[in-house]
Amino acid sequence: MKLIVIGCGRVGSSIALQFDHEGWDVVAIDEKEEALNRLGSHWGGGFIAGHGMDVDVLRQAGIEEADAVVVATNGDNTNLVIAQVAQKRFDIQCVVVRVLDPARADFYRELGLRTVCPTKTAIDTLSEAVRSCEVPVREPAEARS
Amino acid sequence: MYTLVAGGGKAGANVTRSLTRMGHEVTLIEQRPDRFAQLEEEFEHQVQLGDATELYVLERAGIGRPPDLVLALTGDDEDNLIICQIAKERYGVPKTIARVNDPRNQAHFDLLGISPTVCATSSIMALVEHEVPEHDLIHLLELRKENLEIVEVQIDKDSPSAGKRVEKLPLPEGSRLISVMRNGTAEIAVGATELQPGDQVLAILEPGKEDELRRVLLKK
Repeated sequence: MKLIVIGCGRVGSSIALQFDHEGWDVVAIDEKEEALNRLGSHWGGGFIAGHGMDVDVLRQAGIEEADAVVVATNGDNTNLVIAQVAQKRFDIQCVVVRVLDPARADFYRELGLRTVCPTKTAIDTLSEAVRSCEVPVREPAEARS
Repeated sequence: MYTLVAGGGKAGANVTRSLTRMGHEVTLIEQRPDRFAQLEEEFEHQVQLGDATELYVLERAGIGRPPDLVLALTGDDEDNLIICQIAKERYGVPKTIARVNDPRNQAHFDLLGISPTVCATSSIMALVEHEVPEHDLIHLLELRKENLEIVEVQIDKDSPSAGKRVEKLPLPEGSRLISVMRNGTAEIAVGATELQPGDQVLAILEPGKEDELRRVLLKK
Protein backbone atom coordinates (compact mmCIF):
# COMPACT_ATOMS: atom_id res chain seq x y z
CA MET A 1 0.00 0.00 0.00
CA LYS A 2 1.36 3.37 -0.95
CA LEU A 3 0.78 6.62 0.96
CA ILE A 4 1.82 10.13 0.02
CA VAL A 5 2.00 12.71 2.79
CA ILE A 6 2.08 16.32 1.63
CA GLY A 7 3.35 18.73 4.27
CA CYS A 8 5.88 17.16 6.58
CA GLY A 9 5.43 19.26 9.71
CA ARG A 10 4.50 18.00 13.15
CA VAL A 11 1.34 16.32 11.88
CA GLY A 12 2.50 15.09 8.50
CA SER A 13 5.78 13.63 9.74
CA SER A 14 4.04 11.70 12.55
CA ILE A 15 1.55 10.22 10.10
CA ALA A 16 4.36 9.31 7.69
CA LEU A 17 6.30 7.55 10.48
CA GLN A 18 3.24 5.69 11.74
CA PHE A 19 2.33 4.29 8.35
CA ASP A 20 5.96 3.51 7.58
CA HIS A 21 6.05 1.38 10.77
CA GLU A 22 2.87 -0.33 9.68
CA GLY A 23 4.60 -1.44 6.52
CA TRP A 24 3.21 1.08 4.05
CA ASP A 25 5.30 2.46 1.23
CA VAL A 26 5.38 6.14 2.27
CA VAL A 27 6.66 9.23 0.42
CA ALA A 28 6.66 12.59 2.21
CA ILE A 29 6.69 15.94 0.39
CA ASP A 30 7.65 19.27 1.93
CA GLU A 31 8.77 22.61 0.60
CA LYS A 32 11.65 22.69 3.05
CA GLU A 33 14.52 20.25 2.83
CA GLU A 34 14.93 20.46 6.65
CA ALA A 35 11.54 18.80 7.10
CA LEU A 36 13.31 15.52 6.38
CA ASN A 37 14.91 15.81 9.85
CA ARG A 38 11.49 15.34 11.42
CA LEU A 39 11.41 11.82 10.02
CA GLY A 40 14.46 10.78 12.03
CA SER A 41 17.62 8.95 11.04
CA HIS A 42 15.91 5.59 10.47
CA TRP A 43 13.44 6.89 7.91
CA GLY A 44 12.94 4.20 5.32
CA GLY A 45 10.45 5.91 3.06
CA GLY A 46 10.86 8.51 0.36
CA PHE A 47 11.16 12.27 0.69
CA ILE A 48 10.82 14.97 -1.93
CA ALA A 49 11.58 18.64 -1.39
CA GLY A 50 9.06 20.58 -3.43
CA HIS A 51 5.67 22.26 -3.47
CA GLY A 52 2.60 20.05 -3.34
CA MET A 53 0.81 22.20 -5.94
CA ASP A 54 3.54 21.33 -8.44
CA VAL A 55 2.22 18.42 -10.49
CA ASP A 56 5.75 17.33 -11.40
CA VAL A 57 6.57 16.99 -7.71
CA LEU A 58 3.42 14.91 -7.16
CA ARG A 59 4.34 12.67 -10.08
CA GLN A 60 7.90 12.32 -8.84
CA ALA A 61 6.48 11.16 -5.51
CA GLY A 62 4.55 8.51 -7.43
CA ILE A 63 1.04 9.87 -6.95
CA GLU A 64 -0.12 7.87 -9.94
CA GLU A 65 0.38 4.64 -7.99
CA ALA A 66 -0.73 5.97 -4.59
CA ASP A 67 -3.54 4.30 -2.65
CA ALA A 68 -3.96 7.19 -0.24
CA VAL A 69 -2.92 10.84 0.10
CA VAL A 70 -2.77 12.93 3.27
CA VAL A 71 -2.61 16.70 2.75
CA ALA A 72 -1.40 18.61 5.79
CA THR A 73 0.62 21.67 4.83
CA ASN A 74 0.18 24.78 6.95
CA GLY A 75 -2.13 26.52 4.46
CA ASP A 76 -5.83 25.66 4.30
CA ASN A 77 -6.26 26.86 0.74
CA THR A 78 -3.11 25.14 -0.44
CA ASN A 79 -4.40 21.93 1.13
CA LEU A 80 -7.81 22.29 -0.49
CA VAL A 81 -6.31 22.79 -3.94
CA ILE A 82 -3.84 19.89 -3.61
CA ALA A 83 -6.55 17.57 -2.30
CA GLN A 84 -8.81 18.36 -5.25
CA VAL A 85 -5.95 17.83 -7.70
CA ALA A 86 -5.20 14.44 -6.11
CA GLN A 87 -8.86 13.48 -6.20
CA LYS A 88 -9.92 14.82 -9.57
CA ARG A 89 -6.76 14.75 -11.65
CA PHE A 90 -5.07 11.64 -10.29
CA ASP A 91 -8.26 9.84 -9.32
CA ILE A 92 -7.08 8.89 -5.82
CA GLN A 93 -10.03 7.47 -3.90
CA CYS A 94 -8.66 8.10 -0.42
CA VAL A 95 -7.63 11.73 0.00
CA VAL A 96 -7.66 13.10 3.53
CA VAL A 97 -7.11 16.82 3.99
CA ARG A 98 -6.49 18.97 7.05
CA VAL A 99 -8.42 22.25 7.12
CA LEU A 100 -8.05 24.46 10.19
CA ASP A 101 -11.00 26.73 9.40
CA PRO A 102 -14.21 24.92 10.45
CA ALA A 103 -16.35 26.84 7.93
CA ARG A 104 -14.23 25.85 4.93
CA ALA A 105 -13.84 22.31 6.29
CA ASP A 106 -17.64 21.93 6.38
CA PHE A 107 -18.17 23.44 2.96
CA TYR A 108 -15.56 21.28 1.24
CA ARG A 109 -16.88 18.19 2.98
CA GLU A 110 -20.21 18.95 1.29
CA LEU A 111 -18.32 19.18 -2.00
CA GLY A 112 -17.02 15.65 -1.48
CA LEU A 113 -13.61 16.03 0.16
CA ARG A 114 -12.67 14.09 3.26
CA THR A 115 -11.76 17.11 5.40
CA VAL A 116 -10.46 16.84 8.95
CA CYS A 117 -10.71 19.96 11.11
CA PRO A 118 -8.43 19.93 14.18
CA THR A 119 -9.93 23.25 15.32
CA LYS A 120 -13.36 21.69 15.53
CA THR A 121 -11.92 18.73 17.42
CA ALA A 122 -10.18 21.10 19.84
CA ILE A 123 -13.38 23.07 20.41
CA ASP A 124 -15.36 19.90 21.13
CA THR A 125 -12.67 18.37 23.34
CA LEU A 126 -12.11 21.55 25.34
CA SER A 127 -15.84 22.11 25.82
CA GLU A 128 -16.27 18.52 26.92
CA ALA A 129 -13.35 18.89 29.34
CA VAL A 130 -14.98 21.94 30.91
CA ARG A 131 -18.28 20.10 31.26
CA SER A 132 -16.58 17.16 32.94
CA CYS A 133 -14.95 19.36 35.59
CA GLU A 134 -16.57 19.32 38.98
CA VAL A 135 -17.55 22.97 39.19
CA PRO A 136 -19.18 24.03 42.47
CA VAL A 137 -22.79 25.10 41.92
CA ARG A 138 -23.24 28.82 42.48
CA GLU A 139 -26.38 30.42 43.69
CA PRO A 140 -28.23 32.62 41.20
CA ALA A 141 -27.26 36.30 41.28
CA GLU A 142 -30.61 37.49 42.68
CA ALA A 143 -30.31 35.25 45.71
CA ARG A 144 -26.98 36.85 46.72
CA SER A 145 -28.07 40.48 46.46
CA MET B 1 -23.75 46.04 -11.11
CA TYR B 2 -22.33 44.85 -7.82
CA THR B 3 -18.74 43.56 -7.84
CA LEU B 4 -16.70 42.04 -5.05
CA VAL B 5 -12.93 42.38 -5.45
CA ALA B 6 -10.55 40.21 -3.41
CA GLY B 7 -7.02 41.53 -3.11
CA GLY B 8 -6.13 45.21 -2.91
CA GLY B 9 -2.83 45.24 -4.78
CA LYS B 10 -2.32 47.38 -7.89
CA ALA B 11 -4.75 45.32 -9.97
CA GLY B 12 -7.46 45.20 -7.31
CA ALA B 13 -7.18 48.88 -6.43
CA ASN B 14 -7.25 50.02 -10.05
CA VAL B 15 -10.19 47.84 -10.96
CA THR B 16 -12.08 49.13 -7.92
CA ARG B 17 -11.33 52.71 -8.91
CA SER B 18 -12.41 52.17 -12.53
CA LEU B 19 -15.63 50.38 -11.67
CA THR B 20 -16.52 53.04 -9.11
CA ARG B 21 -15.97 55.78 -11.69
CA MET B 22 -18.24 53.92 -14.08
CA GLY B 23 -20.93 54.19 -11.43
CA HIS B 24 -20.88 50.57 -10.25
CA GLU B 25 -21.03 49.37 -6.69
CA VAL B 26 -17.81 47.72 -5.54
CA THR B 27 -16.50 46.22 -2.31
CA LEU B 28 -12.77 45.54 -2.02
CA ILE B 29 -11.30 43.10 0.50
CA GLU B 30 -7.67 43.40 1.62
CA GLN B 31 -6.04 41.39 4.36
CA ARG B 32 -2.78 43.24 5.09
CA PRO B 33 -3.52 45.94 7.69
CA ASP B 34 -0.92 48.41 6.36
CA ARG B 35 -2.19 48.15 2.80
CA PHE B 36 -5.77 48.31 4.05
CA ALA B 37 -5.02 51.61 5.83
CA GLN B 38 -3.72 53.09 2.56
CA LEU B 39 -6.70 51.88 0.57
CA GLU B 40 -9.14 53.12 3.18
CA GLU B 41 -7.93 56.69 2.67
CA GLU B 42 -9.08 56.54 -0.92
CA PHE B 43 -11.96 54.06 -0.91
CA GLU B 44 -13.33 54.65 2.62
CA HIS B 45 -16.22 52.28 3.40
CA GLN B 46 -15.80 50.48 0.06
CA VAL B 47 -12.78 48.59 1.39
CA GLN B 48 -12.92 45.98 4.14
CA LEU B 49 -10.13 44.37 6.14
CA GLY B 50 -10.00 40.58 6.14
CA ASP B 51 -9.02 37.30 4.52
CA ALA B 52 -11.29 36.87 1.52
CA THR B 53 -11.09 33.09 1.76
CA GLU B 54 -12.91 33.21 5.12
CA LEU B 55 -16.65 32.77 4.70
CA TYR B 56 -17.56 35.35 7.35
CA VAL B 57 -15.38 37.96 5.64
CA LEU B 58 -17.07 37.29 2.32
CA GLU B 59 -20.47 37.41 3.96
CA ARG B 60 -19.71 40.71 5.67
CA ALA B 61 -18.76 42.04 2.23
CA GLY B 62 -22.14 40.98 0.86
CA ILE B 63 -21.41 37.76 -1.01
CA GLY B 64 -24.82 36.49 0.02
CA ARG B 65 -26.68 39.03 -2.16
CA PRO B 66 -24.89 37.64 -4.34
CA PRO B 67 -22.68 40.01 -6.38
CA ASP B 68 -22.92 39.93 -10.17
CA LEU B 69 -19.18 39.46 -10.35
CA VAL B 70 -16.36 38.34 -8.07
CA LEU B 71 -12.78 39.19 -8.99
CA ALA B 72 -10.10 37.12 -7.26
CA LEU B 73 -6.95 39.19 -7.70
CA THR B 74 -4.73 38.29 -4.75
CA GLY B 75 -1.10 37.32 -5.16
CA ASP B 76 -1.77 33.72 -4.12
CA ASP B 77 -3.19 31.34 -6.70
CA GLU B 78 -4.57 28.90 -4.14
CA ASP B 79 -6.49 31.77 -2.52
CA ASN B 80 -7.85 33.00 -5.85
CA LEU B 81 -8.96 29.51 -6.75
CA ILE B 82 -10.72 28.90 -3.44
CA ILE B 83 -12.39 32.33 -3.51
CA CYS B 84 -13.89 31.64 -6.93
CA GLN B 85 -14.93 28.13 -5.97
CA ILE B 86 -16.69 29.32 -2.80
CA ALA B 87 -18.30 32.23 -4.66
CA LYS B 88 -19.73 29.99 -7.38
CA GLU B 89 -20.55 26.81 -5.56
CA ARG B 90 -21.69 28.13 -2.23
CA TYR B 91 -23.16 31.53 -2.98
CA GLY B 92 -24.23 31.13 -6.59
CA VAL B 93 -22.20 34.04 -7.93
CA PRO B 94 -22.86 33.98 -11.69
CA LYS B 95 -19.43 35.08 -12.84
CA THR B 96 -15.91 35.04 -11.42
CA ILE B 97 -12.61 36.15 -12.89
CA ALA B 98 -9.38 34.88 -11.37
CA ARG B 99 -5.83 36.09 -11.60
CA VAL B 100 -3.22 33.37 -12.11
CA ASN B 101 0.15 34.45 -10.73
CA ASP B 102 2.16 31.34 -11.59
CA PRO B 103 1.31 29.93 -15.03
CA ARG B 104 2.09 26.43 -13.76
CA ASN B 105 -1.08 26.67 -11.67
CA GLN B 106 -3.27 27.29 -14.73
CA ALA B 107 -4.02 23.56 -14.97
CA HIS B 108 -5.51 23.58 -11.46
CA PHE B 109 -7.93 26.37 -12.38
CA ASP B 110 -8.92 24.49 -15.54
CA LEU B 111 -9.34 21.23 -13.64
CA LEU B 112 -11.70 22.84 -11.15
CA GLY B 113 -13.65 24.76 -13.77
CA ILE B 114 -12.51 28.21 -12.66
CA SER B 115 -12.74 30.34 -15.77
CA PRO B 116 -12.01 32.87 -17.12
CA THR B 117 -8.53 33.45 -15.76
CA VAL B 118 -5.91 36.07 -16.49
CA CYS B 119 -2.20 35.34 -16.31
CA ALA B 120 0.23 38.18 -17.02
CA THR B 121 3.20 35.86 -17.53
CA SER B 122 1.38 33.75 -20.12
CA SER B 123 0.20 36.85 -21.97
CA ILE B 124 3.72 38.25 -22.04
CA MET B 125 5.15 34.94 -23.26
CA ALA B 126 2.59 34.77 -26.06
CA LEU B 127 3.65 38.24 -27.19
CA VAL B 128 7.34 37.35 -26.90
CA GLU B 129 6.80 34.25 -29.03
CA HIS B 130 5.26 36.48 -31.64
CA GLU B 131 8.38 38.65 -31.69
CA VAL B 132 11.07 35.99 -31.60
CA PRO B 133 11.76 34.73 -35.14
CA GLU B 134 13.09 31.36 -33.93
CA HIS B 135 9.62 30.48 -32.78
CA ASP B 136 8.36 28.87 -35.95
CA LEU B 137 5.01 28.08 -34.34
CA ILE B 138 3.15 30.89 -32.61
CA HIS B 139 0.28 30.38 -30.19
CA LEU B 140 -2.44 32.83 -31.11
CA LEU B 141 -5.37 31.67 -29.03
CA GLU B 142 -6.10 29.08 -26.42
CA LEU B 143 -9.65 27.71 -26.35
CA ARG B 144 -9.34 26.12 -22.97
CA LYS B 145 -12.88 24.91 -22.56
CA GLU B 146 -12.80 23.25 -25.98
CA ASN B 147 -9.29 21.89 -25.35
CA LEU B 148 -8.12 23.40 -28.64
CA GLU B 149 -5.68 26.07 -29.65
CA ILE B 150 -5.05 28.16 -32.72
CA VAL B 151 -1.47 28.52 -33.92
CA GLU B 152 0.30 30.22 -36.79
CA VAL B 153 3.20 28.77 -38.77
CA GLN B 154 5.21 30.21 -41.61
CA ILE B 155 6.07 27.93 -44.51
CA ASP B 156 9.52 28.45 -46.04
CA LYS B 157 11.17 26.99 -49.13
CA ASP B 158 12.72 24.10 -47.19
CA SER B 159 9.47 23.09 -45.54
CA PRO B 160 8.30 19.61 -46.52
CA SER B 161 4.79 20.96 -47.00
CA ALA B 162 5.84 23.63 -49.54
CA GLY B 163 4.34 22.84 -52.94
CA LYS B 164 1.92 20.26 -51.48
CA ARG B 165 -1.84 20.32 -51.40
CA VAL B 166 -3.48 20.36 -47.98
CA GLU B 167 -5.31 17.08 -48.68
CA LYS B 168 -1.96 15.35 -49.30
CA LEU B 169 -0.49 16.38 -45.94
CA PRO B 170 -0.35 13.71 -43.20
CA LEU B 171 -1.68 16.14 -40.59
CA PRO B 172 -1.80 14.77 -37.05
CA GLU B 173 -5.17 13.58 -35.82
CA GLY B 174 -6.93 16.36 -33.95
CA SER B 175 -5.59 19.14 -36.16
CA ARG B 176 -6.87 21.14 -39.15
CA LEU B 177 -5.55 23.97 -41.23
CA ILE B 178 -7.83 26.99 -41.11
CA SER B 179 -6.47 29.54 -43.50
CA VAL B 180 -3.52 30.56 -45.62
CA MET B 181 -2.29 34.14 -45.77
CA ARG B 182 -0.38 34.93 -48.97
CA ASN B 183 0.72 38.37 -50.19
CA GLY B 184 -1.52 40.04 -47.64
CA THR B 185 -4.65 38.10 -48.56
CA ALA B 186 -6.11 35.32 -46.48
CA GLU B 187 -8.02 32.37 -47.85
CA ILE B 188 -9.76 29.50 -46.14
CA ALA B 189 -7.61 26.37 -46.41
CA VAL B 190 -9.38 23.63 -48.37
CA GLY B 191 -8.14 20.27 -49.59
CA ALA B 192 -7.03 21.70 -52.92
CA THR B 193 -5.11 24.62 -51.40
CA GLU B 194 -1.43 24.32 -52.31
CA LEU B 195 1.01 25.61 -49.72
CA GLN B 196 3.82 27.84 -50.92
CA PRO B 197 6.96 29.26 -49.34
CA GLY B 198 6.12 32.46 -47.47
CA ASP B 199 2.57 31.35 -46.61
CA GLN B 200 1.34 32.09 -43.11
CA VAL B 201 -0.90 29.23 -42.12
CA LEU B 202 -3.39 29.19 -39.27
CA ALA B 203 -4.11 25.81 -37.76
CA ILE B 204 -6.41 24.58 -35.02
CA LEU B 205 -5.27 21.63 -32.92
CA GLU B 206 -5.38 19.89 -29.60
CA PRO B 207 -2.70 21.15 -27.21
CA GLY B 208 0.28 18.81 -27.29
CA LYS B 209 0.08 18.13 -31.04
CA GLU B 210 2.37 21.08 -31.87
CA ASP B 211 5.47 18.99 -32.47
CA GLU B 212 3.68 16.61 -34.82
CA LEU B 213 2.21 19.51 -36.74
CA ARG B 214 5.58 21.21 -36.89
CA ARG B 215 7.12 18.01 -38.31
CA VAL B 216 4.54 17.74 -41.06
CA LEU B 217 4.54 21.38 -42.07
CA LEU B 218 8.03 22.66 -41.34
CA LYS B 219 10.80 20.16 -40.65
CA LYS B 220 12.75 18.44 -43.38
